[in-house]
Amino acid sequence: MTMHQALPGDDTHSVDSTRPAYNYAYLDEQTKRMIRRALLKAVAVPGYQVPFGSREMPLARGWGTGGIQVTAAIIGPDDTLKVIDQGADDTTNAVSIRRFFEKTADARTTEATEQATIIQTRHRIPEAPLTAGQIMVYQVPQPEPLRKLEPREAETRKMHAWAEYGLMQVKLYENIARFGEVTTTYDYPVMINGRYIMAPSPIPKFDNPKMHMSPALQLFGAGREKRIYALPPHTSVRSLDFEDHPFRIQSWTQPCALCAASDSYLDEVVIDDQGSRMFVCSDSHHCETRRADGHRGTMLGDATASGLVEESKS
Amino acid sequence: MATDTLIGPGFSDPVFQSQGAFRALLAALAEPGTRHVVSGAVVPPKGLHAATATALLTLADYETLIWLPAALRDGAAGAWLRFHCSAALVSDPARAAFAVIDAGSPEPALSAFDSGSDQFPDRSTTLIVQCTALEGGEAVTLTGPGIATSRVIAPAGPRAGFWAEVAANNDAYPLGIDLLLSHADAVFGLPRSTRIGEVY
Repeated sequence: MTMHQALPGDDTHSVDSTRPAYNYAYLDEQTKRMIRRALLKAVAVPGYQVPFGSREMPLARGWGTGGIQVTAAIIGPDDTLKVIDQGADDTTNAVSIRRFFEKTADARTTEATEQATIIQTRHRIPEAPLTAGQIMVYQVPQPEPLRKLEPREAETRKMHAWAEYGLMQVKLYENIARFGEVTTTYDYPVMINGRYIMAPSPIPKFDNPKMHMSPALQLFGAGREKRIYALPPHTSVRSLDFEDHPFRIQSWTQPCALCAASDSYLDEVVIDDQGSRMFVCSDSHHCETRRADGHRGTMLGDATASGLVEESKS
Repeated sequence: MATDTLIGPGFSDPVFQSQGAFRALLAALAEPGTRHVVSGAVVPPKGLHAATATALLTLADYETLIWLPAALRDGAAGAWLRFHCSAALVSDPARAAFAVIDAGSPEPALSAFDSGSDQFPDRSTTLIVQCTALEGGEAVTLTGPGIATSRVIAPAGPRAGFWAEVAANNDAYPLGIDLLLSHADAVFGLPRSTRIGEVY
């Protein structure tokens, strides 16, 4: 038993003794060591999926247990944690996970991308550029990029071992042959350091270029599938494509309706039953920062009047 | 009783000292060739540097086999690791998950350690190489993942032919062992993905 666990009747301790005694950051120390060993091997072989003993967590698999276990294994008292879900800081998954670490690890939390040392994310990379020293933790539902092409783990493992990736190129080719372009828009496969094909987790392909040579360390945790993989800073990440069909990211015909950003990833929101819609930044912190800086989108007035967003202070 | 047979203390605060040490090791392997202090306030047993002892205390347990040179294995270091990590010490380097060598010792060759298998390259040895200093030695250029352009390190004390062995280790990528070069309380990471450039 470590000093961080409260003993019954131990009122000299700072932890509220009426609450159950968890180890710091929920996981026990042996589990953290196991995850830490897997993380170091993952960093040494970028893009390779390291099997690990994923634990039962106090929420259902598929809700980010892989990312939570990675964060729990790395977080310490010096860290500031940001959690986003589809870019937003204020959605259910993000709020719950942030609260989980506030409760079990006394974590300092923030919504500001620049202030965070650890950013746990579901399905987005923040718009603000990442900096050296930051760690991105991705929640990954399906770590195996070849799984939909080859359901057998024994086979996909050999395909990675021998770099037999023709099947993936054929899939992309068939897409082009049928539809004229690659129709994959999220979880778009990437080649890491010229060796392993990796699933970038279901981020939109808009975010793929941000991974290439990023100064931040990127860690991926898949709880249900029991895999951890990693991208060290300054690692080559190439989205698969063909010479005559180069990789392209999404673009929109109109800017964000709230902050007028034309270079961020936009969500399409249906706003009434007449088919009207608006496009807004998926990264809520980015959008708020821009509004605070005085950028105004075409529908900001309406949204403020109906109480959907707060009037910016400036 | 002679004091050198007594087993010294490990972490005084296992949760936070191991977390801090792990983050230093993670940063070291993620950015090869940058110096990181592995602080754990641990007084190492005879034969181990503080960074070496703290790294093993942070990462090793009953699931990992450790290889030490015979003199260390049978001495205070072996007893200290058995007691604090509950780790088994093995005599065959190819079975070890963690191993420690002195940079100057001629044996064993880096190729004697486990470099993993093509389907499980993660099941390889992490080797801690204890140097006489982390600067002032032969300079080598590093490139690869974790390095924006290139980095130069010059750890002192490696045996003749050491860098050729490290280069051969990288040639087998994605197989290979991962190195941590340690001295006193600091380490350099040298994962298998790092390419060794010219030796000055």
